[in-house]
Amino acid sequence: MRIKSLLVGLGLLVGFGMAGVSTAQAEEPFKVGFVYVGPIGDLGWSYEHDRGRLAMQKYFGDKVKTTFVQNVSEGADAERVITQLAKAGNKVIFTTSFGFMNPTVKVAKRFPNVIFEHATGYKRSKNIGTYALRTYEGRYVSGVAAGLMTKTNTIGYIGAFPIPEVIRDIDATYMGAKSVNPNIKLKIVWANTWYDPGKETDAANALMDQGADVLIQHTDSPAPLIAAQKRGVRAIGQASDMSKFAPKAQIFSVRDHWAPYYIKTVQQVMDGTWKSQDFWGGFHEDMLQLASINPNLPKSVRAKIDETYLAIKTGKLKPFEGPIKDNTGKIVVPAGHTLTDKELAKVHWYVDGITDKVPN
Amino acid sequence: MDADLIVLVLFAAIKTGTPLLLIALGEVICEKSGILNLGQEGMMLMGAVVGFIAAYSTGNAGFGVLAAMLMGSFMSLIFGVLVLHLGANQVATGLALTIFGTGLSAFIGSDFVGHTVQGFQPIAIPLLSKIPYLGEILFNHDILVYLSFVLAVIIAYVANKTRIGLVLKAVGENPHAANAIGIKVLRVRYLAIMFGGAMTGLAGSYMSLVYTPMWAENMTAGRGWIALALVVFASWRVGRIMLGAYLFGFASIMHLVLQGLGVDISSNLLAMMPYVATVIVMVIISADQFKEKLLAPRSLGKPFDPRHMA
Repeated sequence: MRIKSLLVGLGLLVGFGMAGVSTAQAEEPFKVGFVYVGPIGDLGWSYEHDRGRLAMQKYFGDKVKTTFVQNVSEGADAERVITQLAKAGNKVIFTTSFGFMNPTVKVAKRFPNVIFEHATGYKRSKNIGTYALRTYEGRYVSGVAAGLMTKTNTIGYIGAFPIPEVIRDIDATYMGAKSVNPNIKLKIVWANTWYDPGKETDAANALMDQGADVLIQHTDSPAPLIAAQKRGVRAIGQASDMSKFAPKAQIFSVRDHWAPYYIKTVQQVMDGTWKSQDFWGGFHEDMLQLASINPNLPKSVRAKIDETYLAIKTGKLKPFEGPIKDNTGKIVVPAGHTLTDKELAKVHWYVDGITDKVPN
Repeated sequence: MDADLIVLVLFAAIKTGTPLLLIALGEVICEKSGILNLGQEGMMLMGAVVGFIAAYSTGNAGFGVLAAMLMGSFMSLIFGVLVLHLGANQVATGLALTIFGTGLSAFIGSDFVGHTVQGFQPIAIPLLSKIPYLGEILFNHDILVYLSFVLAVIIAYVANKTRIGLVLKAVGENPHAANAIGIKVLRVRYLAIMFGGAMTGLAGSYMSLVYTPMWAENMTAGRGWIALALVVFASWRVGRIMLGAYLFGFASIMHLVLQGLGVDISSNLLAMMPYVATVIVMVIISADQFKEKLLAPRSLGKPFDPRHMA
């Protein structure tokens, strides 16, 4: 099985450039394709998508055959890979990174009978649906935890690219931290990569050198946690459970949990009831989980984490409920209004109190 | 920026520059013998994964380093057989080695994803580490960083001051002449290639045992390529390689540090500084045809067949 998938991978390597391909099963049933931006071994974003794929595969058994392509760079390469998957007879194709948006739209036009599901994007059509996680909910809780745990009142934040999803999460983190610690400062460093353990380590060290003692990351490898543990500071895991890399440093991990969505969507397409929509899942849908909460946290901190989690899950607390001012003093969310999903997808401002500027 | 931060940044620059230094030290020896091995990234990844597996299985990071170096030289031996014995094109073979190493390392490492090892702890060198500022920057590292200091000195000495260095130079400049005076050209080149491979394997283990003590696919993220640029940047001089490695390391963390300080300058712009520097050096070198010939080994990249005179 493993040898076979390697051979298939090697064979397709030429056609796919640097991407590797594996086929999961040999029968001829309902075919589902996945495109990942990182390696499934990244232990973060792509790893969790693949866990979702495996859970979906297990749920349907022989009825479904899944194929995935990993390490697909965002751009021309992606278009080729998606086309290839569509040609291979996949009925649903999940493209799991923001940068796959335009390639997905292009390919979807040429294959009107194939359903495309694009994660974290905002362009939809008759055969393209989008889905996203309310990661900002996890960030708000992260901010609360970080705000309580920091001794230097400085949180270090490693961002990948300044896209709405990342900007929004930075805002939520800051608002969460501010709600428990009025003196909080947020230092932001852009790594300009989703996945480069070395660079993420450098970014983590740069932040710790400047006094940050809780690290939060929006990049995909566990490297920042390892760096934090080495220097005896705290960090919060991203996308998957990263506790075993840094059992002392990790406060908790905000884990993505895609399985419910993949099962639901594939079922809908099989039944012919699928419709293009923009789906967002968070704590409430169990698509976002707090994993491995550190048992050594002070009781009061733990209680506050649980309380915030529950409040968001039940809808009592909405992180983007107005009034919210941005850091130029403009009211971006009026009182009595909560940002809709559509508006959330376009957040491009820092909330009042963050002393940085959103990069262009 | 205060003095403490500057010390921390320079300390980090040394750490970041170390893998580049190790690879470039090996590759410069290889290139001095006339062989261009573009497979650095693949060999580095193989070194990283094998080093990690060995360290994880035995619980001894020293074994990991040893295994990584052996793996690196084994990979380079494959390269050596192809280009030296079979006369394959060096550029194409090097690229193939990178693609091969990238895929194979991901394959054999898949069961070891999600683990971490103890790795090497920093050792403060007595007395030296007490020197204000300098001690903190230079003498508070782990053993592999110290090893890179020592290796740089030894390699510089051997390349410039010994008979071995002269033989290497003769083989790289004019293999036919070297052959005529009885130097075994292919043997020298094999040894140079394998030395380069061992150094790259060592750099790989530095990544997976010290820098980010874990194994993850493609974790070297292009450092093998930067090291190749570094050799050109340093115009094949060992002393300059050391300087260049730390300069590259400094440039690659500086943009992160400046962002944390809130300096409003495009991080993309800063991140490309090492490459811009390399291009500038290449332009300067190649602007002067005579100088170019003086600097680059003259037979670099050309196959050698003793039966055909040049």
